[in-house]
Amino acid sequence: MQAEERFTYETWPAEPEKATLEAKNKFLGFWFFLGGETVLFATLFATYLALKDKVPSADHALAKDLFEIPLAFAATMLLLTSSLTSVYAMYHMKNFQFKKMQLWLGLTVALGAAFLGLEIYEFNHYVHQFGHTFTSSAFGSAFYTLVGFHGGHVAFGLLWITTLMIRNSKRGLNLYNAPKFYVASLYWHFIDVVWVFIFTVVYLMGMVG
Amino acid sequence: MKVGFKLAMKMLAKWRLLSLFALIALVLSGCGKPYLSALRPAGEVAQSQYELMLLSTAIMVGVIAVVTIIFIYVVIKFRRKNDNEIPKQVEGSHKLEILWTVIPILLLLILAVPTVAQTFKLADVSPMDKKNADGKTDALVVNVRASLYWWEFEYPNEGIITSQEMVVPTDEKVYFNLKASDVKHSFWIPAIGGKMDTNTENVNKFWLEFDSKAADEAGGLFYGKCAELCGPSHALMDFKVKTLPRDEFDQWVASMKAVKEPAKAETASAQQGQEIFNNSCIGCHAVTPANTAPEAARVGPNLTNFGDRSRVAGILDHSAENVKKWIEDPEAYKPGNKMTGKYPQLSSEELDAVAEYLMGLKVQK
Amino acid sequence: MSTYAQKKGFGATLWDYLTTVDHKKIAILYLIAGGFFFLLGGLEALFIRIQLAVPNNDFVSAGFYNEILTMHGTTMIFLAAMPLVFAFMNAVMPLQIGARDVAFPFLNSLGFWLFFFGGVFLNLSWFLGGAPDAGWTSYASLSLTSTTHGIDFYALGLQISGMGTLIGGINFLVTIINMRAPGMTYMRMPMFTWATFVTSALILFAFPPLTVGLFLLIFDRMFGSNFFNVANGGNTIIWEHLFWIFGHPEVYILILPAFGIFSEIFAIFSRKRLFGYSSMVFATILIGFLGFMVWAHHMFTTGLGPIANAIFAVATMAIAVPTGIKIFNWLFTMWGGSIKFSTPMLWAVAFIPSFVAGGVTGVMLATAAADYQYHDTYFVVAHFHYVIVGGVVFALFAGAHLYWPKMFGTMLNETLGKITFWLFLIGFHLTFFIQHFLGLMGMPRRIFTFLPGQGLETGNLVSSIGAALMGVAVLVLLVNVVTTTVKNEKVGNDPWGDGRTLEWAIASPPPFYNFKQLPLVRGLDAYWLEKMEGKKGMTPAEPIGDIHMPNNSFIPFVLVLGLFIAAFGTMYHAETSWGLPVLILGMAVTLGAMFVRSIKDDHGFHIHKEDLIDDDKDKGVKA
Repeated sequence: MQAEERFTYETWPAEPEKATLEAKNKFLGFWFFLGGETVLFATLFATYLALKDKVPSADHALAKDLFEIPLAFAATMLLLTSSLTSVYAMYHMKNFQFKKMQLWLGLTVALGAAFLGLEIYEFNHYVHQFGHTFTSSAFGSAFYTLVGFHGGHVAFGLLWITTLMIRNSKRGLNLYNAPKFYVASLYWHFIDVVWVFIFTVVYLMGMVG
Repeated sequence: MKVGFKLAMKMLAKWRLLSLFALIALVLSGCGKPYLSALRPAGEVAQSQYELMLLSTAIMVGVIAVVTIIFIYVVIKFRRKNDNEIPKQVEGSHKLEILWTVIPILLLLILAVPTVAQTFKLADVSPMDKKNADGKTDALVVNVRASLYWWEFEYPNEGIITSQEMVVPTDEKVYFNLKASDVKHSFWIPAIGGKMDTNTENVNKFWLEFDSKAADEAGGLFYGKCAELCGPSHALMDFKVKTLPRDEFDQWVASMKAVKEPAKAETASAQQGQEIFNNSCIGCHAVTPANTAPEAARVGPNLTNFGDRSRVAGILDHSAENVKKWIEDPEAYKPGNKMTGKYPQLSSEELDAVAEYLMGLKVQK
Repeated sequence: MSTYAQKKGFGATLWDYLTTVDHKKIAILYLIAGGFFFLLGGLEALFIRIQLAVPNNDFVSAGFYNEILTMHGTTMIFLAAMPLVFAFMNAVMPLQIGARDVAFPFLNSLGFWLFFFGGVFLNLSWFLGGAPDAGWTSYASLSLTSTTHGIDFYALGLQISGMGTLIGGINFLVTIINMRAPGMTYMRMPMFTWATFVTSALILFAFPPLTVGLFLLIFDRMFGSNFFNVANGGNTIIWEHLFWIFGHPEVYILILPAFGIFSEIFAIFSRKRLFGYSSMVFATILIGFLGFMVWAHHMFTTGLGPIANAIFAVATMAIAVPTGIKIFNWLFTMWGGSIKFSTPMLWAVAFIPSFVAGGVTGVMLATAAADYQYHDTYFVVAHFHYVIVGGVVFALFAGAHLYWPKMFGTMLNETLGKITFWLFLIGFHLTFFIQHFLGLMGMPRRIFTFLPGQGLETGNLVSSIGAALMGVAVLVLLVNVVTTTVKNEKVGNDPWGDGRTLEWAIASPPPFYNFKQLPLVRGLDAYWLEKMEGKKGMTPAEPIGDIHMPNNSFIPFVLVLGLFIAAFGTMYHAETSWGLPVLILGMAVTLGAMFVRSIKDDHGFHIHKEDLIDDDKDKGVKA
């Protein structure tokens, strides 16, 4: 099977993300990459837990003063939903329904952007209401690094998926770009899973002190 | 019969092990100076570490011997003699492979047991927590604070501070609180025992013991070192440990405590030196041993008993000449030190006066 | 002549190497760059030994000495040993599994340029205000107080080159899993390929903690954060943990490929299959796994408490078991064999006692209570040089001699090779054996000088003399490389005569598509099996057909150049007005390169069947 070959619904393979050797490599390599990313985030989590509430003096805000569950919950719902919409997108990709895939990816991007907006609002809120900044304490450094690394991943994911959508808008699906869509959606799920841990470790555990 | 044979074999094995120990001890002893070398243990901690070294060395020499014998045999016996020979292709041998898996495990177990036991023993600082009625510990405690590039020794129970030269009693356990005030250092007196880091964020605790006989051999003065890279003069961040019998140590404490205010200089020149000192130096260097100034204010070594010490700045021979050289240009002797440039340039005369004053600061007359 | 083999001018060759995605050319790039940094690190080592030859020496100043010792360690580990190991992995592993290239040729090129620019960036510190001076471990309290930009060069440079290593690791993993030739099952893979596989897995899990640690250091030093600033709630022990969670597996990342190279050599030059192949594979995996469980033995004196120390002590001792298995398997590979002492075999044979000596001191260091004496002394310096020089560097020399003909099509001179070997071997033991005793006699490591009268004079002088011998040995090797390159006497497929694995079944150097037809692998030591049945080469597993190849690309170079520029911006953004714009410019170049890569179709090209057959006819005359 050639990567640039034109397909119809009938000839489209069942697992387009693994149909060529290049695609198989990409698929596997990306899983390994996510393995490395997991260690990266695990390290950031460990650092955060070690430095949680470590502030120079008593007038600094602590986790229990800062975090509000409703906001974090809203962000969580946005990102979880975006993960679901990307599942739909991949469903349509496997069925060679390019337009529908683009539509669901568009929704994914919109939800991701909304999440990012909430996060920016949240950071802004902490900085201006609590004086809790990247440089104010070790706690601040660790918090913004962990959550910010995640936010950076979200932003990169948005850029990536948008680029893919625009680039392929005229081309349609083929075996060259199907694996690209697939790994981008894998990446998006990974970001989602990391956020679930952030929600638990940073926000929920932050509330109980 | 059989039992007797086994016993004989056991004895033989034991004798072999012992002779091996003796041989290694012979090789290792005579290595290094008695006041510096970890191979000349001068206290309980260093002794137990030395024994662990010997045990592990003995096991390891055994391993090396086996490998070497096979190695030499193989390399000599199986040289290629004929360019056309094709040896038999052997897959492996389960028996052999199990053998060289199980034997190392057994050897390591022999080593692991004393290792774990010693690790816990050396970390036992429980007497530091047992406070008597006065809120003090019965055991002698020294708070060690490491700074670029000098050491402070505080005796919290006795309420005195000294620096660069720690004074300790022999034949009893001395307990240490260790910390650093700027960057990480590591507190090490090789002949007395292993090192412990002085961290910037927490206090580490351990104990050492100084053996009186070994101390006599070493001239009552052990060398201590900083063992963690801390900047340009890391190599020069030495300190000394003076060991005294318990009663002399008590006398030393008493005479230190007797210095309630800065000792008056005796000669005229020394008095001039004291004046200069009070104008230029006393901001950093205290000359009373009491623990009044907060730690952050104690930015230079305490000089109360400077005249009793054996080194200038921890490294130079103890003479008025070296005191002058040091004050004139500390950068030349300890690059990157925190003293350079903190005081005005002194004339040669002024240097003489300050040196005379400092050399006269003694509590052991 | 076919269209694919034409003589090119210098400019065209340079452009070819700047844009290449061929694993064999990238291997040569790694070899040249790694070799250069090896010479640099060696020079730094000689400066260290000159300074310490006599007490109170003033050959270099205290501050400069700390820069040299830091750069010696950092260069040797990150910029010499790692890339040289990568050179052999790139050159040999795809050939050993019968693949036409690695899984991600583009990323392979990207990985090389990341390493290269990271290394260049780090070394530019010499000319831009001073090199890093807090040791290769760069412990946080000291690295935060260091006043020059040296530590910034360290953190940013290693961050860039570390990304390259991570990419390389993923690439090799996927290559080995997906691209083995027909019949090449896991348990038929050559030991070096197995070592590459396990090493790559270690890289994948060990480098992210370093990445995070370096980020924290970069943030603290350049962006005002407080991870290691104790006054604001920070904690420097975090750095120690992160560094060693990376740092200990790093040791195995270096030594496992060395084990792999030696496994090949013992089998080839004993004319005997590797003894206990499956237990060797098992031991390699076990060493890789245990390598992650022992990092805190570097921190026995940090004050983690007796429970942690005891656990990590016992875990560390456990590593001796699989390592011992390997040593005995090598010995019994030679047992009953027909040993020929060619230069690679000399290195391999010398490796056994040298490495065993380093290994047993490793077990001694694992005894936590006694380690309080060894830690941060010359005993440790002796130990890790025994394993890294006696293990890794010996393997690199052995591998260079062994694979030189496969990489360049010509042999290194055997006589000069043996001179290098003997000089280096003697120099090595002279330098480092005595250091065990220096450490026990009270000499801390990383000291720029020592005072007379402490019993340390003789040992240090002996050590320095040994270092000089090693220096001469390397010079002889350089002469060897130059003279044989000039002579350029071409060799055939299997120049050692006893090759056992697939790489020896094809031309030296191989054509750029490696295998015209993928070989059919029928067992361990696939090529040896065919030879023993009297065949000339491998049986093909497929008919001759078109071969799909990737296009060259200049994008990796540009992408990394962007990061290189951004690193300067990052470093100077706080004190200059141009810092931030340069940072943004650099990131824009990088993102732009990624964008171009992403939107541009790159389907590669095909070598047509007819050209392959033509190629064959050209060669047919010679063979």
